[in-house]
Amino acid sequence: MIPLSWYLILAAVLFSIGMFGAISRKNAVAVLISIELMLNAVNINILAFWHYHSQLLGYTEINGLVFAAVVIIAAAAEVAIGLAIILAVYRVRKTVVASDINVLKG
Amino acid sequence: MNYELITWLIPLAPLLAFFIIFLVTYKNNRLSHSLAIGSAFISWLLSMIIIIFAVTNLEVIEKGISSSISWLPTAETWLKIGVQVDALTTITLFFVSWTILMIFIYSVGYHNFGQPEGDHDRPGLPPHGAEIIDQEGKHQHVPSIEPMYARFFGFFGLFAFAMYLLVVSNNLLTLYIGWEIMGLCSYLLIGFWYAKPSAKAAAQKAFLTTRIGDVFMLIGLAALYTITGSLQYEVIFSEDVIHNLATTISPVLGLSWAGLIGLLIFMGVVGKSSQFPLHIWLPDAMEGPTPVSAMIHAATMVSAGVYLAIRFFPVLSAGWDGGASITTPMLVMAVIGSFTALFSATIAVAQRDVKRVLAYSTISQLGFMIAALGVGAYVAAAFHLVTHAIFKALLFLGSGSIIHGMEHGVLHTQEHIDPQDMYNMGGLYKKMPITFATFVIGGFALAGFPFITAGFWSKDEILSGAFNGGFSIVFWVLAISAFITAFYTMRQISLVFLGKARTEAAKHAHETPNTMTVPLIVLSFFAITIGWVGIPEYFPVIGGLVPNWLETFLGTMLHGEHVVVEHHSSIPLITSLVVSLGGLFLGGLLYRSITETDKDPLEWSLSGFYKVLANKYYVDEFYQFVFIRPAEWVSEKIVYQLFDQKIFDGFLHGIGKISIWLGEKFRYWFDLPVINRGGDKLASGTRKIGTNLKVTQSGRIQDYMILALAFSLLGGFIFYLILF
Repeated sequence: MIPLSWYLILAAVLFSIGMFGAISRKNAVAVLISIELMLNAVNINILAFWHYHSQLLGYTEINGLVFAAVVIIAAAAEVAIGLAIILAVYRVRKTVVASDINVLKG
Repeated sequence: MNYELITWLIPLAPLLAFFIIFLVTYKNNRLSHSLAIGSAFISWLLSMIIIIFAVTNLEVIEKGISSSISWLPTAETWLKIGVQVDALTTITLFFVSWTILMIFIYSVGYHNFGQPEGDHDRPGLPPHGAEIIDQEGKHQHVPSIEPMYARFFGFFGLFAFAMYLLVVSNNLLTLYIGWEIMGLCSYLLIGFWYAKPSAKAAAQKAFLTTRIGDVFMLIGLAALYTITGSLQYEVIFSEDVIHNLATTISPVLGLSWAGLIGLLIFMGVVGKSSQFPLHIWLPDAMEGPTPVSAMIHAATMVSAGVYLAIRFFPVLSAGWDGGASITTPMLVMAVIGSFTALFSATIAVAQRDVKRVLAYSTISQLGFMIAALGVGAYVAAAFHLVTHAIFKALLFLGSGSIIHGMEHGVLHTQEHIDPQDMYNMGGLYKKMPITFATFVIGGFALAGFPFITAGFWSKDEILSGAFNGGFSIVFWVLAISAFITAFYTMRQISLVFLGKARTEAAKHAHETPNTMTVPLIVLSFFAITIGWVGIPEYFPVIGGLVPNWLETFLGTMLHGEHVVVEHHSSIPLITSLVVSLGGLFLGGLLYRSITETDKDPLEWSLSGFYKVLANKYYVDEFYQFVFIRPAEWVSEKIVYQLFDQKIFDGFLHGIGKISIWLGEKFRYWFDLPVINRGGDKLASGTRKIGTNLKVTQSGRIQDYMILALAFSLLGGFIFYLILF
């Protein structure tokens, strides 16, 4: 049986990679992908806790799965909106480089 | 029939006419005068119904028709208004309704209804006449219609309302309202030709002079209300209240309350009925159109003062036992009345203006009535009130007719003469026969021509009242006044109608239209017959042929305290015969054949005194010197220059200077440092902070993300520290 900490470490690594990508990558699409990574790391966390909690109880609860499904739905919606924004920005500015899009610079 | 309701309705018709004329029909002359005359006719008709009912039902009148409604709530009770008909109301209604109706009709002709509009006429001035081209193509001057024709009838409607209201009221409140509305109408109608400076001044003079009396009257009414708690006649004139008033002592001069209130109310009468010393306004009031003079300043409004005095007689005479010891108000009335009678009769002798003679004779005759009340000859005063109203209305309308005829002549000849000056007339009896005949009837009534005319009977009553009451001074003063009255009446008739025409205009004078002569004829009928209702029973030969109806009728007004004079002396009768015939004879003798060049015969016989008379004893000048000039001096020197310019203006300027000084201090010590610089600092500080914070706004989304991460880490850390 794989111990819980392994899952948690995997999730933490995934999250950190995602975070690093979101902060450091210049391409907006890559930033979006990194955000997806972070969301998936969270999902792994949720499912791991759900699984181990079910084993402690001795029967299966459904709420963890529901949580994961909601996160996936939210991620899908986010991707749809995010890609649409990126496309729209690209049409106007002919670029998807996040640091070039700085109209709000003070 | 519901007589209370009819009485309520009498004043309302003219009021309605007034509103309709002013709000709706003021552009249509024919409609306006029809409305006014129609309303006067309705009031006349209703009055006649009331009068006939009253005369045929003496026992009802003794109790009085009365009806009242609660009008204004006061603290504990209601202020009531209402109407009543008693003997005094009835006889007053009689002459009021007749004169008002006749004068309304007369005004149509007087204001040249049906004539073309004048070319140069404008509102506020008498019409100048118009030039028309007749059928033969010749230019002719004809009289032109009054520019403010409808307005005149509107004012007349309001006036008629006020007079009827005053007569039918059963309380002093509505009486006072009517009284004041008439004062207003008098002002408006004297100043009807307001563009004439003299008319404007006369209107103001009349208003202010009568106001002096009215203020005292109002104080009297207030005192009466305070003491009796009511202004209803039935309460005030009840025997308990009268007795109370007569026996309680007021704080002023040791008079009883009845005496004090009586004197105060009498001041109002003095103003309204133009008695000395407030008589100065009435002669000037002749600046108004002649129907106004006839109605307001001879027949009705000035009679209202005497009416009030008669109405108030129970209070004025409270405590009088019918003998020679009269009350203080009665004494004052006897003195002022008889003095005024003589005083203004002498002035009338020296006047040249046809209307002014009549004005002074009005004052004189009103003095007769007041004096009659003063000696307790209550019925005689009421009798003379009625006869005087009728014949004075007749005389004034006659004088208006004369002036109208003369104006016709003036227009025709284009002479520049005063059409009102009697010395410009003469010989008019051939030109204006109807006016002549009626004027002679009115004049003889005024002079007291024996047996035929109404004036003889009423004046004889007054004289015998004074004589039999034992007031010989009053009697002789009045007798002399009566003599002078007869004299100036005949002087007037002679100057106007007899002899030869003294000007071209008088030669071309013209009889006036029917609307003017018919009222003259109607009134001259009454000027003769009205006297027959009051022939005393003790009169030789004809006394007793006709019962002395008036005495019986008016006797119902007095609560059994009326004293029938037992001893009848023939001295008053002989005196009235002598004075009236003598005066008429002398007047006719002196003035019968005056020519253009002759001086007034009185001018050489009285020499210097004539000038005093012609200038009305310099009373106006005296008032000018004693009241008006000091008042102007006080206004100019003290109120304007000292108070207004020095004290008030100085004070205000001081406040201004202090404010400016204070403002500067505020500016340098507060506004500039705190508000201005503080504001600047706030703005520059904000800007500096903004510039410094600008660095954080890179516009790059990932910088924000790092920031958010850093803050959430920090927040998480702090949260952790707090929690654990």
